[in-house]
Amino acid sequence: MDRKRRQVLKSGGGVTLLTLVAAAGWLRPGDAAAQSWNKAAFDTKSMADTMKALGGGEPVQSKDIVFFQTPDIAENGAVVPVGIISNIPNTESIAVLIEKNPNMLAAVFDIPPGTEPSLSTRVKMGQSSNIYALVKADGKYFVAAKDVKVTLGGCGG
Amino acid sequence: MMRRREFLQGLVAAAVAGLPIDATRAAGDGRLYDPLRPFGNVGLLHITDCHAQLNPSRFREPSVNLGVGPARGKPPHLVGEALLKHFGIAPGTRTAHAFTHLDFERAARVYGAMGGFAHLSTLVKRLRSQRPGALLLDGGDSWQGSATSLWTRGQDMVDAAKLLGVDVMTGHWEFTYGARRVKEVVDGDFSGRIDFIAQNVRTADFSDPVFEPYVIKTINGIPVAIVGQAFPYTPIANPRYFVRDWTFGIQEESLQKAVDAARGKGAQAVVLLSHNGMDVDLKLASRVTGIDVILGGHTHDGVPQPSIVANRAGSTVVTNAGCNGKFIGVLDLEVGNGRVTDFRYQLLPVFADLLSEDAGMAALIARVRAPYATRLAEPLAVTDGLLYRRGNFNGTFDQLILDGLMREKNAEIAFSPGFRWGTTLLPGQTITREHLMEQTAITYPYVTASELTGQTIKTILEDVADNLFNPDPYYQQGGDMVRVGGMRYAIDPTASIGRRISRMELGGKAIDADKKYKVAGWAPVSDDAKAAGGEAIWDVIERYLRDQKTIKPPRLNLPKLAGVSGDPGIAAASP
Repeated sequence: MDRKRRQVLKSGGGVTLLTLVAAAGWLRPGDAAAQSWNKAAFDTKSMADTMKALGGGEPVQSKDIVFFQTPDIAENGAVVPVGIISNIPNTESIAVLIEKNPNMLAAVFDIPPGTEPSLSTRVKMGQSSNIYALVKADGKYFVAAKDVKVTLGGCGG
Repeated sequence: MMRRREFLQGLVAAAVAGLPIDATRAAGDGRLYDPLRPFGNVGLLHITDCHAQLNPSRFREPSVNLGVGPARGKPPHLVGEALLKHFGIAPGTRTAHAFTHLDFERAARVYGAMGGFAHLSTLVKRLRSQRPGALLLDGGDSWQGSATSLWTRGQDMVDAAKLLGVDVMTGHWEFTYGARRVKEVVDGDFSGRIDFIAQNVRTADFSDPVFEPYVIKTINGIPVAIVGQAFPYTPIANPRYFVRDWTFGIQEESLQKAVDAARGKGAQAVVLLSHNGMDVDLKLASRVTGIDVILGGHTHDGVPQPSIVANRAGSTVVTNAGCNGKFIGVLDLEVGNGRVTDFRYQLLPVFADLLSEDAGMAALIARVRAPYATRLAEPLAVTDGLLYRRGNFNGTFDQLILDGLMREKNAEIAFSPGFRWGTTLLPGQTITREHLMEQTAITYPYVTASELTGQTIKTILEDVADNLFNPDPYYQQGGDMVRVGGMRYAIDPTASIGRRISRMELGGKAIDADKKYKVAGWAPVSDDAKAAGGEAIWDVIERYLRDQKTIKPPRLNLPKLAGVSGDPGIAAASP
């Protein structure tokens, strides 16, 4: 992410998932939604509002997006393994977002045609949070979430 | 399915007539280990969480063991009379004493100490002689919990396990001796003798397996797979620096692959030797297919009969075999046409005075203890009250530790971890150094004294409470609530994180979120705490005990409970 975008994201305390995706360049200038970009989109507080402001619908909750190798409780918040597989046909990109990180967007992977839409990465988490896997396929958006706990540790068994 | 009747027959004959404890003793004695007729063609014996108790000891079962969400009131979240009623065990009997806290002091004096490897060894030999080819499985937490295990880095238990004839093992506290020590034992002492298995331990860099995920053993011509599941939250519940290069977790996908691979290689029965804890095992059994039986540990639940969990391919039997060497699980499988067709399970209490000592094991125990005899026997104080640890919120031995920490470290508040191991002492007993070590023998014993804000204290309590009471078992770590000295609080286990803890008070005044308080604690898991060092907990408490000389029955600091009235996981008139 370039510095300008980082500043934009930091200034928008209520930034939600899809405004970030727009900011990350997922919605390029040629996209209808991006063309209608305005300040309102960055001021929205929920995913629904964001999509509305972007001129699109809410991303569809999808069971065809599967997390793997992603812990329920992180062993180390500094390196949390995340694996995502999209079983949605024509998956074009997969974004990884950490709801409660100062900058939600952790990574965007472009999936070239003919590539298996499966990724494995590591993210940093400051606190317990939902991890979102956001998939763009055939120009539509799909999402799945997994709750990952970051705990103080100790006191076991 | 379970032959409960058969199991209890002979145990309860006298007791059902309402005879008091003392009168039932003779009646039950001779027959306790009689109704062990083998069944089927595959025998598996299961011990777990003995916490290095080589000699017979006492262990008071909890009077508070709450289940939340769908787990409320279901095994293992039953205590006292509710547990007896659910499993059809007559009150006032030997068996009732083994499984509950009821009338503990009196029953303990009548029925004597439980477990001990020399007595256990006699029983194992008897069970094996009835079950040719039977395997002995150890679910872990065997190398930690005593002075001699700590002082020998687990070597006393490694040698005892080999002599006992353990065939397969997995682990948890074993890892707190460090990755190198575990590998040294597994590749050295255990080589060719004991298979240490864990499908859920991998290297942090390339995700390579650290141990064999499973073994296939042929019993009476039948291939049986034992899959290993180490404690998934070892690097979180215990210091990560002991296993820095390894990663754990529940790892459902790789477990399913291991089960499928074992089946593919011809296993006709698949058993998971698990250190997940019973709540995690119950959820796992509903999601992973192809496991016939989960032989479980970690949560120290002595569950007389297993739970049977349906999943999309069939069902899985889930057991938990208690702790401290009190029990041995006896699983008999009938395997025919390539699959398990029937089974029997008994969780047998090990009463030391009903079993002669095995001479070889007794000699080994005497040998490993001899160099430390004087140190172990050192008297520190005498207790006037019953000292025990287990329970969701506090135990009298933990209260003693809290009182000692506050006194010796001049702190207004103390924390003590919610460990579930630790033996029980009866009123009038001399507290020796060995007894103190049975509550404290860990490889990160540092005592800390910190200035914490009210807000931080709240965050810590909320965090630990969620590890215990999150309604999703996969987010539970299996310990009990951190014990709190000095400060009062209220807790609603059924609430969500951030909302469980309230009414925090010190000396009648509400805790101020921004004010700093001096808090003493021990067993810190962070790298910083290790670097800072600090006195060992046993030194601090030894000083306190010597100073006190006589320990009055500790007054338990218990939180005010909300949301759990009428819960069968909490005994009526009991802490």
